Amino acid sequence: MLNSADIATLWLTFKVASISTTIMLLLGTPLAWWLARTASRWKGICNAVVALPLVLPPTVLGFYLLVLLGPHGPIGKITTELGLGTLPFTFPGLVVASVFYSIPFVVQPLQASFTAIGEQPLEAAATLRAGPLDTFLNVVVPLAKPGFMTGAILGFAHTVGEFGVVLMVGGNIPDRTRVVSVQIYNHVEALEYAEAHWLAGGLLVFSFTVLLILYTTLKTHPVAHQLK
Amino acid sequence: MTNPITARFDLDYGSFRLNVDLHLPGTGITVLFGPSGSGKTTLLRCIAGLQKAQQGLLAINGEVWQDSERGLFIPTHKRALGYVFQEANLFPHLTVKGNLQFGLKRIGNSRNHDLAHILALLGIEHLLDRTPDRLSGGERQRIAIARALALNPKILLMDEPLASLDFKRKQEILPFLNDLHQELNIPVIYVTHSQQEVAQLADHLVIMEAGKVLATGPLSETLSRLDTPLAQDREASTVWQAKIIGHDDQFHLTNMGFDGGIISLPTLVGKVGMPLRLQIHARDVSITLQAPTATSILNVLPASVTGIVDDDSGQTVVGLRVGGQPLLAHITQKSARLLNLQIGMSVYVQIKGTSILN
Repeated sequence: MLNSADIATLWLTFKVASISTTIMLLLGTPLAWWLARTASRWKGICNAVVALPLVLPPTVLGFYLLVLLGPHGPIGKITTELGLGTLPFTFPGLVVASVFYSIPFVVQPLQASFTAIGEQPLEAAATLRAGPLDTFLNVVVPLAKPGFMTGAILGFAHTVGEFGVVLMVGGNIPDRTRVVSVQIYNHVEALEYAEAHWLAGGLLVFSFTVLLILYTTLKTHPVAHQLK
Repeated sequence: MTNPITARFDLDYGSFRLNVDLHLPGTGITVLFGPSGSGKTTLLRCIAGLQKAQQGLLAINGEVWQDSERGLFIPTHKRALGYVFQEANLFPHLTVKGNLQFGLKRIGNSRNHDLAHILALLGIEHLLDRTPDRLSGGERQRIAIARALALNPKILLMDEPLASLDFKRKQEILPFLNDLHQELNIPVIYVTHSQQEVAQLADHLVIMEAGKVLATGPLSETLSRLDTPLAQDREASTVWQAKIIGHDDQFHLTNMGFDGGIISLPTLVGKVGMPLRLQIHARDVSITLQAPTATSILNVLPASVTGIVDDDSGQTVVGLRVGGQPLLAHITQKSARLLNLQIGMSVYVQIKGTSILN
């Protein structure tokens, strides 16, 4: 069965994934909206940067985040200046890394949904006295609901499933940065296969259930949808 | 104030340039007519503020919506207009009722007393709880019209509202538009490339081509101008406003009075005094120099020739005036030579057929 250390990792994983997903939705929505609407020449570069975590080995992303956030990195210097210390091997550092790692899973479905809405409902709203923010909240958000659901669920599930970035940036510190995937690794290293099974099996069931809900309720192919 | 609408725009896309300077009446339906690519929809979008012309001056009944010299541009959502798109463009996530109330909520008037009247006029009261995906194309377009009118706009802009509908659905909506015509006291600007809709709906006509205005003026005057492609077209026609002045029961005829005489038609249902629009196709008009004494054609009227234009396929377009009403006739160039038609000549026109438009 699960011991108290396992339960602590589950709770920590849930916290990281919830906080990261919230941040990704807050940052990803304006970013996806801009990407869906802009004719700027920066669009291609931004799309490529957002999609990078999909193809990079997590160790590469983790390594550069470590360098950037570390005491000699540009971001690390700023956080030290601000009296926040450095982020690697802390819970906030883990959240920052998770956001970078999972953001394409939030931005891409949102961007696809926003693009699919097109210009027409926005123009109709404008002729019916709705200003830009009003239109976004009352026309775009309801019409892009499948995109928001897909983005939130995939972002959350992908954060739960991360390992390489977590290990590089977060390390393996109990109650602070030790998430489920790392704990499974610890169990296997210690040849505690029964304990590993409980967590690994649980993660398998969780991931399957999430994807099953996505495919049956949204009736779209979320992964194919976001890769196009 | 005879021309309460001023619309002056210069919009340059490189491959296309819209350059118009229009003064339009403050009531009735103004139709913007022209082939696709003539800029009529772009002009409508500039009036709505959906597109921004670099140079523009737009005033609607005293309210200035754009004046580029003063750097003034009121965004669309702050203009008191109603807009009907080619596709109805209803919000798919809202019911019909939700669509109708979307704008009302934003003008702080969720209970518009006219709304019930508008719903009745457009025959859509029974659809309020449906979602747009469960409506026919004609129903969707009627709701879009109601949604625009519900806001009591100062001007109604309609962009080919019938173009995406089949013939049957068009016939379903045209009567409603005709009724609106009688009821509305705001100006309507209506974009179309259909001559039938021009004849049926327009009070004022603007003919556009390649981003420029070819002709603008009251419907019958503009239709009968010889310098527009419309007058040369096989379907060319003129439209007269007439009134029923009496019924002839013996011969099953209705007599219609117009500014210039009387014209008889097969019996119409309608009270004496009822106003009607008569459409007379140019191909149905023939010309004689003397009043014919023996002819099967009932409507023979004295007229004077106001213009003559030959096209390059053997046809002559003759502009005429019957009393106060302009009229077009298409005859062969040979006939025009044989009659030796000259501007200013007094002739007789024989009208073979007319159609009633409302």
